Amino acid sequence: MCSPMSPVSKLGAMLARATFEPDMVMTDGANMILAENVPLGTDPSTATIEGWMPFPFVFDTLFWGKRHVMMGGSQVDQYGNQNLAYLGGTFKQPKTQLLGVRGAPGNTVCHTTSYFLGDHNPRVLVPKVDCVAGVGYDRAAKLHPASRARHEIRRVITNLAVLDFETPDNRMRLRSVHPGVSVDDVVAATGFELVIPSDVPVSREPTADELAWLRKLDPKGIAAREVKS
Amino acid sequence: MADKTMTLEDAVAEVRDGMTVGIGGWGSRRKPMAFVRALVRSGVKDLTIVSYGGPDVGILCATGQAKKVVYGFVSLDSIPLEPHFRNARQAGTVEAVSLDEGMFRLGLQAAAWRLPFLPTRAGLGSDVMINQPQLRTVKSPYDDGEELVAIPAQRLDVAFIHMNRADTAGNGQYLGRDPYMDELFCMAADKAFMSAEKIIPTANLLDEGSFQTLKINRMMVQGVVHAPGGAHFTECPPDYERDEAFQKEYAATAKDPAAWEAFKAKYLDVSEAEYQKAVAK
Repeated sequence: MCSPMSPVSKLGAMLARATFEPDMVMTDGANMILAENVPLGTDPSTATIEGWMPFPFVFDTLFWGKRHVMMGGSQVDQYGNQNLAYLGGTFKQPKTQLLGVRGAPGNTVCHTTSYFLGDHNPRVLVPKVDCVAGVGYDRAAKLHPASRARHEIRRVITNLAVLDFETPDNRMRLRSVHPGVSVDDVVAATGFELVIPSDVPVSREPTADELAWLRKLDPKGIAAREVKS
Repeated sequence: MADKTMTLEDAVAEVRDGMTVGIGGWGSRRKPMAFVRALVRSGVKDLTIVSYGGPDVGILCATGQAKKVVYGFVSLDSIPLEPHFRNARQAGTVEAVSLDEGMFRLGLQAAAWRLPFLPTRAGLGSDVMINQPQLRTVKSPYDDGEELVAIPAQRLDVAFIHMNRADTAGNGQYLGRDPYMDELFCMAADKAFMSAEKIIPTANLLDEGSFQTLKINRMMVQGVVHAPGGAHFTECPPDYERDEAFQKEYAATAKDPAAWEAFKAKYLDVSEAEYQKAVAK
């Protein structure tokens, strides 16, 4: 099951389903598994329902491990620790209370997790997150092998670049820069030292077929509003 | 079958200062808000609130009745961050037990099954284990030897839930798309009270939904309250959607103590009947 948590992530997931991953399982973002893509900003009520995924079943699926979630994050650090709980202050009295840890601790140790960050800047990509909600590689490395067997932070995708952790010590690596963005731009916008390969490719642009799908799946351009330009 | 119908006030009278109260629903969805309003009127204090949090948590923080909140998140859904809860956290006036949503469920499940704890990987490696030093781990007694989080049973003194339909005996039905964890709240509690949009004869319980919608049975609840609009302003489909305009009005009061006092005087320091009249469209 693919669980995208924002318009951009959802659009990406739908594009994958429309092109190379037709058997992907995805919900309406609430309780129904839909057999077909529903374009962003359109009424899902006429879509074919193929299954039921109320919140109790979401936890069952999560613990089962058959899920890849793409979450957001108020902070992500160099090992992929993620925070959406609070910023600043202390746990007892945070400066800014956010959502709470939500499902991030369980998600990250039970199945694959990726992050989408629409505004890549040094206050979001930080050396150390204020609260570890989603577990990164340094924390996972200290766990029992069985506890970390399903831990994988696959990608961090931002408005500037694609990042991963495919390095010997699982530190965040610059995988590609988006067209028009330089490596220096990414370095300047990141609050910690990234692993930079000697040759950083440019992120692949969508094909004509993929662009047509993107327009069809997001006719109102909703996803673009999530990305800082 | 015994008639368990009672008033909101009868049910809330079971809650005394310092008790642990579980509140069903999820975020700003099918919350037992009529019970929450009755809790405000009762003035009961020093409560520990256990909730997949929404405005129930926000209101009881704003009134100062919540001493401690056990939560995975607190959100109004269409307004992601619950502003009254944020005020209380940022002022340091409410104690927080911040758990992963799955850990939260297992605490209720352990209590419902009368177990001391349930093991899980959720929480391992995260700051939940640091910020909640009461949490312990347990080593698997089998050959794997894995160290797991032992989620302690989350016992509740009292639980409140809201359903679409119920009979007078305490059989409850949800007609929306999600049962949430309401039956676990009931089974984790010493006493559980259910409000419902409509009280109908037992023989009519299958008129609007299949037998799978009868998630709450009469063993789970000690009292039933007829509370039309009892989830307002949260959603309670198919009976009604969330009252987004009212929710915005509620959220805006977090910016200004005078606005909150006015909101409280108009909507919370009044009877449930007066509240329903005030919000009727």
